[in-house]
Amino acid sequence: MMNNIFKGKLFGLVVPLIAIGFGFLAGAVIMLISGNNPINGYVALVQGVFGDTYYFGETLQRMTPLIFSGLAVAFAFRTGLLNIGVEGQLIVGWFVSVLVGITIEAPMIIHLPLAILAGALAGALWGFVPGVLKARFQVHEVIVTIMMNYIAMHVVNHFIRNYMLESGQRTAFINDTASLSSDYLSTLTNFSRLHWGFLIAIAACVVMWFILWKTKKGFELRSVGYNKHASSYAGMSVNMNIILSMSVSGAFAGAGGAMVGLGTYNYANILPSFTNLGFDGIAVALLGSSTSIGIFLSAFLFGGLKEGANNMQGQAGVAPELVEIIIALIIFFVASSYLIRWIYSRVQSNKEGK
Amino acid sequence: MEYVIEMNNIRKEFPGIVANDNITLQVKQGEIHALLGENGAGKSTLMNVLFGLYQPEKGEIKVRGKKVDVTDPNVANNLGIGMVHQHFMLVQNFTVTENIILGSEPTNKGTIDHRKAAKDVADISDQYGLRVDPKAKIEEISVGMQQRVEILKTLYRGADILIFDEPTAALTPQEIKELIQIMKNLIKEGKSIILITHKLKEIMQVCDRCTVIRRGKGIGTVNVADSTENSLAEMMVGREVSFEVEKGAAKPKDNVLSIKDLHVEDARGVSVVNGLNLDIRAGEIVGVAGVDGNGQTELIEAVTGLRQAKSGTINVSGQDVTSFKPRKVTEAGVGHIPQDRHKHGLVLEFTVGENILLQTYYQQPFTKNGVLNYPKMYEKARKLIEEYDVRTPNEKTLARSLSGGNQQKAIIAREVDRSPDLLIAAQPTRGLDVGAIEFIHKKLIEERDKGRAVMLVSLELDEVLNVSDRIAVIYEGEIVAIVDADKTDEKELGLLMAGGKREEGEPI
Ligand SMILES: Nc1ncnc2c1ncn2[C@@H]1O[C@H](COP(=O)(O)OP(=O)(O)OP(=O)(O)O)[C@@H](O)[C@H]1O
Ligand SMILES: [Mg+2]
Repeated sequence: MMNNIFKGKLFGLVVPLIAIGFGFLAGAVIMLISGNNPINGYVALVQGVFGDTYYFGETLQRMTPLIFSGLAVAFAFRTGLLNIGVEGQLIVGWFVSVLVGITIEAPMIIHLPLAILAGALAGALWGFVPGVLKARFQVHEVIVTIMMNYIAMHVVNHFIRNYMLESGQRTAFINDTASLSSDYLSTLTNFSRLHWGFLIAIAACVVMWFILWKTKKGFELRSVGYNKHASSYAGMSVNMNIILSMSVSGAFAGAGGAMVGLGTYNYANILPSFTNLGFDGIAVALLGSSTSIGIFLSAFLFGGLKEGANNMQGQAGVAPELVEIIIALIIFFVASSYLIRWIYSRVQSNKEGK
Repeated sequence: MEYVIEMNNIRKEFPGIVANDNITLQVKQGEIHALLGENGAGKSTLMNVLFGLYQPEKGEIKVRGKKVDVTDPNVANNLGIGMVHQHFMLVQNFTVTENIILGSEPTNKGTIDHRKAAKDVADISDQYGLRVDPKAKIEEISVGMQQRVEILKTLYRGADILIFDEPTAALTPQEIKELIQIMKNLIKEGKSIILITHKLKEIMQVCDRCTVIRRGKGIGTVNVADSTENSLAEMMVGREVSFEVEKGAAKPKDNVLSIKDLHVEDARGVSVVNGLNLDIRAGEIVGVAGVDGNGQTELIEAVTGLRQAKSGTINVSGQDVTSFKPRKVTEAGVGHIPQDRHKHGLVLEFTVGENILLQTYYQQPFTKNGVLNYPKMYEKARKLIEEYDVRTPNEKTLARSLSGGNQQKAIIAREVDRSPDLLIAAQPTRGLDVGAIEFIHKKLIEERDKGRAVMLVSLELDEVLNVSDRIAVIYEGEIVAIVDADKTDEKELGLLMAGGKREEGEPI
């Protein structure tokens, strides 16, 4: 029985679950060593997510951009590309959507979609550049996207600082017609910042699944990701697919930025450092093994961990950094799934040997 | 009687299929034991069980009379079992020596003792007559040489029972001769060998005994001296197999392919096709014969649009396709069975069905408004799997888990089914069993009789001679002679392929 679990399709589910288990176990050990009671700590963590509708609403709000950045990383990954530039694509998406939200006057039915679209397009452009450089000149996308992250942050900061600064470090608020904020969702969750973007994120999961697994383009993108040579033999254009993949990936990231700009904050601000929303997308995609459902679930896990960390500190006195350690360990264990497989086969053969 | 290897009543299942069903294999000390069976019969699986890559569900393994548990390849190594896989497992940018010692490096105070390594490798290669250039990088040496490195690797680890999984499938005829000599040397040095091959000639030539399996079941073991190629084939397939290719005379019509003064460079920018001219007419099969590396690969790549020609023209059915991209070449009526099935022919992580639709997925009814119709795709795939006898649990199985020969059949199904005006078949029967070869040859001839043009590129002279109507000999990137298949023989072709001229007075 167990044997089959480890060899069959289910293995894709088993590795993340084991990794999560190990991550929490290691977190408990760390709490013990640092003189905290792990049971109290984890109870506080769970209560910090489910204990109050406010916490729960905030968790969903937190996971919204994580879903988008996870989808962005996964989409490129399916075509065999490592998009480390989700962070930068998300930043430009955030900024441009807010720009449209502030400067344009239009009824909501036009204004809101326009602002989201503008954010997605900005992200797409930020993905398009490394895509072209990779396709045309074989420049590795990892290097270019890392540099594009810095360019994004500094260019956006420059524009805000010099042209749009309103009060302190931020721009003006966007017009209500471009806002995703929802009184309904907010009151429902005890005045959390939960906004319509969460539903859009769910829709985005469906969109990615549909594109990759149901469309002709998705077939080509996956084919190129698995085997470039066979794909060009079969008449697909490898270069076009690389550019397309990076652009769509960037569009997901940019839309994620729009969710933050139009939903959570309703403004953009000067960033003293990276938001990490994009980088966390790498972890989300990895834990979710690049599938839509997996990304949704792991975004919930990570969003919940980050939200619950507040309560863990208040209620159990555990430093919130512990959560970052747990996340890092989970990712470590997922990445070493090979190790898990190996340990398992050792145990198995020992048993048979006896 | 002393057996070095006894595998008794082995059973190995995969999801949806029993790959080995109660198979028994007994190998005597000092013999070359052939393992014969159709594509997908379970030969590689059985050997992977012996080598510790798979754990059997049932059965026992004895090595030199002692019952053993081969839990992983390290255990196999310690038992003196070595395996040369069909797809080599070498580190491309390491040297020959580095690859050989990899994993069991001789050390001196914690660092690799390069001097001892070089000496050990030189000693072994002298002892068995396996000449290699120890300092060359793997990526720089030929397939035949890479195989020697694999053999040396097992010998370096002290193996005295060697498993060869289809070692000759990827080799040129000359390299095969050398490999056979190497195997004979190994036996002289006291080794025992299990050899998987689809080429009955090779079994007759070097093997002592032969165990036949069919669809996962053991059929029996025979002495090769008491058998013939026909009796072995019959035992394997379960019916009589004809080696003669039956075909009527060709009735060629107009030119389908017409290549004029073609020049093509390889990846390093060296000109390898040098002013090549070739016409192929509808209703004929033209074999392209030549020693490997005389421009065959680049010629095919240029015709199919995978490589841009330097100059010259390629015409297919009246269309100038010289600068066409692969998709447009395909749509101009060209089908291509590629030489390297894992590199070009298949997306291994796709299902068998998706692979069968790899050239047509974008057309109606498989795609409508950009959306795939998977039920239609899989319906088509099921039909072809049936028609071409691709042995797979179902159309949704990953191509990776098919046996080598069945992967090839899936490609052939895809390319032949479209019935293209021009079918380019590069080594179409590499790694196929005799039954499947017979089937493929029939299909090629059927296409010809339907009025298609077929270009058959093969390193196997038997195949070229039997299937083609005309034979074009390629030498240093030029067609140096075109002869009628029934007016020539292996000897003359060999001479022409080596750059010799036809005797005066004979028509070309
Ligand atoms: N890893 C795997 N997962 C699932 N099925 C497999 C796997 N490996 C092999 N099979 C199936 O087991 C059967 C036997 O395969 P095997 O590779 O042993 O055949 P073979 O005799 O070596 O054939 P060939 O001559 O074509 O190489 C095939 O039907 C194949 O599809
Ligand atoms: Mg095999």
